[in-house]
Amino acid sequence: MNKPLKHPTALSRRQVMIGAAGLSFAFALPGRAGASALAAARSGKALSPWVSIASDGTIMIMSAATEMGQGSMTSLPLVLAEELDADWSKVKIVTAPAVEAIYGNPGFQGMMYTAGSNAVTSYYGPLRIFGAQVRRVLLDNAAKTLGVPVDELTTEPSLVVHSKSGRRLSYGEIAATAEVPAKAPEIKPDQLKKAKDFRLITKDVMRVELPGKVNGTARYSIDLHVPNMLYGTVLRAPVEGSVPDKIDEAKAKAIAGVVRIVRLPYGVGTLAETPWAAFEARRALTQSVTWTRTGTAWGFDSDKGIERFAADAKNPARMSTEWSRIGDPRAQMPKAASTLEAEYRCDYAYHAQMEPLNAIASVSPAGDAVEIWAGTQSQTTATEAPAKILGISKDKVKLHDMLMGGGFGRRGNRDVDFIIDAVLMSKEAGRPVKVMWTREDDFANGRFRPISAHALKAGFDPSGKLSTWQHRIAVDRVGAYMDPVRYQAAGGKDFIAMLGADLKGYDVPHQLVEQLYRDTGVRTNPLRGISFIANRFATESFVDEIARKRGIDPVAYHLDLLKGTPRAIKVVERVVQMAEWGKKREGRALGFAYLDYSGSQVAGIAEISLNRTNGEIKVHNFWCTIDCGVAVQPDNVVAQQESSIVYGLGVALTEVITIKNGAVEQSNFYDYHVPRMKDVPAMHIEVIQTDNHPTGAGQMATPLVAPAIAGAVAELTGVRLRHTPFTPDRVKKALG
Amino acid sequence: MATSFTVNGKAATTDAPPATPLLWVIREGLKLTGTKFGCGTGLCGACMVHIDGKRAYSCQTQVSEIAGKSVTTIEGLSPDSSHPLQKAWLAEHVPQCGYCQSGQIMSAADLLKQKPKPTRDEIVEHMNTNICRCGTYQRIVRAVERAARES
Repeated sequence: MNKPLKHPTALSRRQVMIGAAGLSFAFALPGRAGASALAAARSGKALSPWVSIASDGTIMIMSAATEMGQGSMTSLPLVLAEELDADWSKVKIVTAPAVEAIYGNPGFQGMMYTAGSNAVTSYYGPLRIFGAQVRRVLLDNAAKTLGVPVDELTTEPSLVVHSKSGRRLSYGEIAATAEVPAKAPEIKPDQLKKAKDFRLITKDVMRVELPGKVNGTARYSIDLHVPNMLYGTVLRAPVEGSVPDKIDEAKAKAIAGVVRIVRLPYGVGTLAETPWAAFEARRALTQSVTWTRTGTAWGFDSDKGIERFAADAKNPARMSTEWSRIGDPRAQMPKAASTLEAEYRCDYAYHAQMEPLNAIASVSPAGDAVEIWAGTQSQTTATEAPAKILGISKDKVKLHDMLMGGGFGRRGNRDVDFIIDAVLMSKEAGRPVKVMWTREDDFANGRFRPISAHALKAGFDPSGKLSTWQHRIAVDRVGAYMDPVRYQAAGGKDFIAMLGADLKGYDVPHQLVEQLYRDTGVRTNPLRGISFIANRFATESFVDEIARKRGIDPVAYHLDLLKGTPRAIKVVERVVQMAEWGKKREGRALGFAYLDYSGSQVAGIAEISLNRTNGEIKVHNFWCTIDCGVAVQPDNVVAQQESSIVYGLGVALTEVITIKNGAVEQSNFYDYHVPRMKDVPAMHIEVIQTDNHPTGAGQMATPLVAPAIAGAVAELTGVRLRHTPFTPDRVKKALG
Repeated sequence: MATSFTVNGKAATTDAPPATPLLWVIREGLKLTGTKFGCGTGLCGACMVHIDGKRAYSCQTQVSEIAGKSVTTIEGLSPDSSHPLQKAWLAEHVPQCGYCQSGQIMSAADLLKQKPKPTRDEIVEHMNTNICRCGTYQRIVRAVERAARES
């Protein structure tokens, strides 16, 4: 008999990460009482912390990833259900509680965090094992009940079958009397299903949360009502690090329904009986609060900042740190027979998730516990940060993680700013509070994709082969700001600013990537496609530029550089076929880009035309191929590439955040232009299924868009666009 | 002063101040939260409802303007998700995060009421009011075409 564990959160992450021991421990955990404590919403027999089965056959599977539209709430349980041989129509999905020791993401050192398109990649192996273990427990119990050897039994969806006697037991019947062993049965990789036997993986099922998204019943945190709740807004300082100085409350307090004005460490809150009163009070406060001039970004203008970044990137005397190196680029570059240099730049960009940030918190009267309703990419940060600020232990934070109206990287920062708002306001109010940001708040307090300037140099040997590559990147820091804990754990490497800078898969013997660390004080976060967007814009554009300068077809040039990477060649050759690369088009041209994004192979071709009078680029078609290994939900992979392309289109063509004296200049969708239906090309996506371990799908095509468009513009006009977004003004200026 | 109107065929009243946007009355007063807050300025379409049978931005409609009028929200489009657009939306797997989709469907329903068989250009022109940050536009077009075909 296994003892229920009292404090599962006290488990060290190491215990989960050590494979078999961790798994068996997790399996034994719910012995009898523990599982119900882990998930009150579950019913039926807990056969593992991940699965319980009710006697009516309902199978509850835990969803460890959060759902922002990418489909993980379906695809992760589906992977487990496959090995369990569950009848998918009987599966109910329950969001997992914030218990990292069991549900942590192996791709983020056991933190519960849904980001980087790695949910399926990281959980795929463990979930298959967990599913197979539960199936094995059911088989063992059935063998006992039927009095037959277990190897005479097989399973069909939610049924154990003894074909010799024709007897069948449903999973529900077995679960009703099942005994769960103290130690999980061992499952060897060769006992897992073969791909040819998959019934769920690689077949499309309806995403579980979709029906509620067409009739208004899907619940986001902004939709919830908690009894006795007040509404709140927060007016934040225009610059991070400033605090309120003088507050004149009179006008705001005079508004009917306003309960209180609250001084917060970083802003001024309004508490009101209705949301509209809270918003009106916030509006009244904008002219009635003065701020201290503390904080780094005061005086910073992004237009001048990017000029400085570019000058520094180009200037070898400016100190840099080595990000990555292959071969001996420092020695080889001076020996090059010829060289080519180029510069690229990227602006700040905003997430613009459609649901303005919000959360509900209810702090207990004694201040020793809190209940939170929020859409978050990380159950870990969403519970740790409130615990820290209230001075309570993490197990006193009860989180309801809700559907997110878009994430795109905005909802995973360590300090969960939008949740802390609600926690502090509820503490002040002594009541539950729903804090909503206005769209203007969401802009002003945005955490942006950083600005970056890229200086590239290519060295060629006497035969003209590209032999040496140097890429210097001056980029506003992200990791150190958005998640100091992970930044430190990564040894001070700013992955969120630098990933994608390496020429993965390309045959270039000497490569050097250098970072010029910059801290402007501007708020930054990962944004969909993260640093791959900026860094691949620079590298793919430069490869395209080199090819054209040498009179070589850019696709042919890529294929030559990629000759040692067969999976890359396959996606490139297929997309070239689909787009009929090489076919002349009247008034239009094609541009190409390729990317290895965390192992996923993606290639894209843009077809564009250009209005030379007003500088507007029109993208007519976009072809894209992706090999992400086993595509668990193929149509969803297609949908995610469509989505990634549209996102990339905005960052490539129109979306720009500018900073003036430290503050954000844009405020709503009239001065920040995200793609609308008219802007979107016809998209043609093909998923190339392979039997490789699944890799990311949620943002892979985004970084292809800008370099593909730039290549097409170069093909059409001979002019190279070097600064994203390619706004009409910039295009006109480049055309001269 | 109370304002009376109907929502999804049922009588409703609100004593919200006259300048209050209808959006907040629907969402927080009547607890019909399928209609979403996106921008508060009539730029994104997440708040789209029908007023007397035509689409309207509920964030740009004040309570003072709706006395005696008939409001339909996504919850009232059909009792059981059986509107051809709702069925088509699922058949094409349109939603991703889903937050904008109530507004998209209400906009599309308005289009099909005016023009049961719209051309692709007419769909794009009409639906350009609604932002989908997940970029589901291509599937939205397909879903509207499917609904027009199958209804």
